[in-house]
Amino acid sequence: MVNALLTGANASTEVPLKRRLRRAERTRQVKALVLVLPLLVFLLFTFAGPIAGMLWRSVEDREVRQVLPQTVAALASWDGTDLPDENAYAALASDILAARAAGTIAIAAKRLNYALNGFRTILTSTARNLKAVPERGTARETLGKINPAWRERTTWTTIKDASGPVTGFYLLAALDLVRNADGTIVAAPPDQAIYRDIFARTFLISISVTALCLILGFPVAYLLATLPPARSNLLMIFVLLPFWTSLLVRTCAWIVLLQSKGVVNDSLHWLGIIDEPLRLIYNRFGVCVAMTHVLLPFMILPLYSSMKAISPAYMRAAASLGAPPLAAFLRIYLPQTLPGIGAGSLLVFILALGYYITPALVGGAADQMISYFIALYTTETANWGLASALGAVLLLATLLLALVYGKLVQGRQVTGGMKN
Amino acid sequence: MEAGMVTAAPALVRFSGIQKTYDGEHLVVKNLDLDIRKGEFITLLGPSGSGKTTTLMMLAGFEVPTLGEIYLADRPIKNVPPHKRDIGMVFQNYALFPHLTIAENIAFPLSVRKSSKAETQERVRAALRMIKMETLAHRRPGQLSGGQQQRVALARALVFNPQLVLMDEPLGALDKRLREQMQLEIKQLHEAMGITIVYVTHDQSEALTMSDRIAVFNDGIVQQIDRPDALYEHPVNSFVAHFIGENNVLAGTVETVERDYCRVALAGGGTVTARAVNVSGAGASTSLSVRPERVAIVPDGSASEGPNRLPAKVQNTIYLGDHALAVLDVAGNGEFMVKLQSGAHESLKHGSLRPGETVFITFRPEDCLALDPV
Repeated sequence: MVNALLTGANASTEVPLKRRLRRAERTRQVKALVLVLPLLVFLLFTFAGPIAGMLWRSVEDREVRQVLPQTVAALASWDGTDLPDENAYAALASDILAARAAGTIAIAAKRLNYALNGFRTILTSTARNLKAVPERGTARETLGKINPAWRERTTWTTIKDASGPVTGFYLLAALDLVRNADGTIVAAPPDQAIYRDIFARTFLISISVTALCLILGFPVAYLLATLPPARSNLLMIFVLLPFWTSLLVRTCAWIVLLQSKGVVNDSLHWLGIIDEPLRLIYNRFGVCVAMTHVLLPFMILPLYSSMKAISPAYMRAAASLGAPPLAAFLRIYLPQTLPGIGAGSLLVFILALGYYITPALVGGAADQMISYFIALYTTETANWGLASALGAVLLLATLLLALVYGKLVQGRQVTGGMKN
Repeated sequence: MEAGMVTAAPALVRFSGIQKTYDGEHLVVKNLDLDIRKGEFITLLGPSGSGKTTTLMMLAGFEVPTLGEIYLADRPIKNVPPHKRDIGMVFQNYALFPHLTIAENIAFPLSVRKSSKAETQERVRAALRMIKMETLAHRRPGQLSGGQQQRVALARALVFNPQLVLMDEPLGALDKRLREQMQLEIKQLHEAMGITIVYVTHDQSEALTMSDRIAVFNDGIVQQIDRPDALYEHPVNSFVAHFIGENNVLAGTVETVERDYCRVALAGGGTVTARAVNVSGAGASTSLSVRPERVAIVPDGSASEGPNRLPAKVQNTIYLGDHALAVLDVAGNGEFMVKLQSGAHESLKHGSLRPGETVFITFRPEDCLALDPV
């Protein structure tokens, strides 16, 4: 009886309590959401939106669809084994005439020329020489006469492949791959296969810069974390100084320092160490030096914060337990800075991957990183599809790295990296 | 007998004329001479800034004496780096390596000494058994409670059988109950293993509980080194009397000195006889020290007429369970404490002393020490 009363009481109080808790939590969540809403909306429009747009552009394929709609429709049922039927030729002829009237031939010509070199000429010559809609049943003959390319299957498969609405063409191109006439994916011809090399170069430069930053930044961070506050604050200002100067100014300063008539070469020459000026800039050396300088704070700050959290008592404890300084450093200090090393390296590496201005200014032709080509395709040649595809590949590589880092850090936390 | 045995033990550590300054102006440690005997538990006790921790750090090798020499087993160690001193140390916040497991932490001093794997394993197991934490060997320090971390730190400092173990306020971060339990555990370990321990604390009750001898530090000087009971019963100056245990202070002027005793006129009126411990002679000002439990309260008009009988005004009484404290105003000292044992002084026990009432206190001349003026 008493038991029943008790459980009854429990049951009646438990539910409202949970509901009350939920309500309280919900109010808190709503408040938090309202606080971050402006930033969220801002990011949505300026970050998530453009990235989604970029990813979409890397697979979107609508130029040919737009300019040659009847041809695309006629080719939809074509199996691609032989030349298409008369209907397709008639549709093409009518599309070309319409496009010529609308002045949109160039749009399709540009897109088709990416896939097949010389397509621009085929299309524009056809447009120029096609006087009127061919008589019924003579379209194939007429077009074939204007340009023999229309008698080749490849010409038509190129149009069919480019008829969209989505394509893997740009993404494949970004990886030096093409789809051949049979539809299988093969390596691009050597004269077009440049992006893998550029990606490799980008990664190589980024890794070199990260390693340099780590080697140079570690002792500085250690000094910052161990000096008395007054002096470490001064040192911190020197570390942060690059942050307060424009990237362009810093890069140009390196040009002044490193060029063949620059400060470094002149000093070395004056000291009699060299006779001929050293080539310090417009090559890989200059790129690495300038990028390391710019990115160093991004390595030092995470290292510093992880080192600041390491109590000097650990090193004292290690010494009192009999560890010589080097062993104490390697076995006690270094492992505790690993999260900082990881965070700093990841930050520097990812920032370096996307570097554009510095290599463009102080690098030679063989030192341009992937961002340079993305910029090139975006602003110069307006090949947005390829620019987006290169960006997408870069984004994917970066995300993979971040994911690996996240897993590593999480693994450490699960096994307990807590400090007392 | 026991004291005689301790004195007979040879000195393991000898501080000889040690001085230490950090800024070149103020001496943190002024002319320290101290012998630490093999097998003893010595506590360096003092308020913060008294130089006790600096002394410990010089012994550990993390600070270098500005002047003087430290000998460990008759070997000068001023220029021996910490890792070659063979001294185990327990730190204030344990300083367990957060990225290593408990077993790895304890194995650390063995592995840097390149012990064989089998021996390391055996000794780590024995150390874990000693602190009763075998089951937690693979946890990380962050997953342990403060008391458990403290035990691990202790095991880590002992596992390589150092000739000396230093402890720098190791129990400061623990709550009272755990602290008292750990005091006993450390004391038991000391007795069982016969190790020499130098312990730093600012907690006098901790020092009294654990130590064979206590060195009381103040202002960079060792005020007194003695057994706990001797420090309590025979403090050599006001600082020690005040720092060790509860203490009532009465200011006065020495009138006459007669062998070991002197007659002191109190500043607040009245005259008492006190043991002359640290007075320069007649006419000198002095501080009298009387322990609260050595004072008796007698009702007005009591027949007993000792040499030390002073009127007192009751301020307050404080109930403390096993005993009570009466706060009195005696000769100008408004915080004169008298300890009332429960059961004793039936008529005067806690509750019957009304604030504002005037009573009389008495104490024996040998319980009243005439010390240097505060």
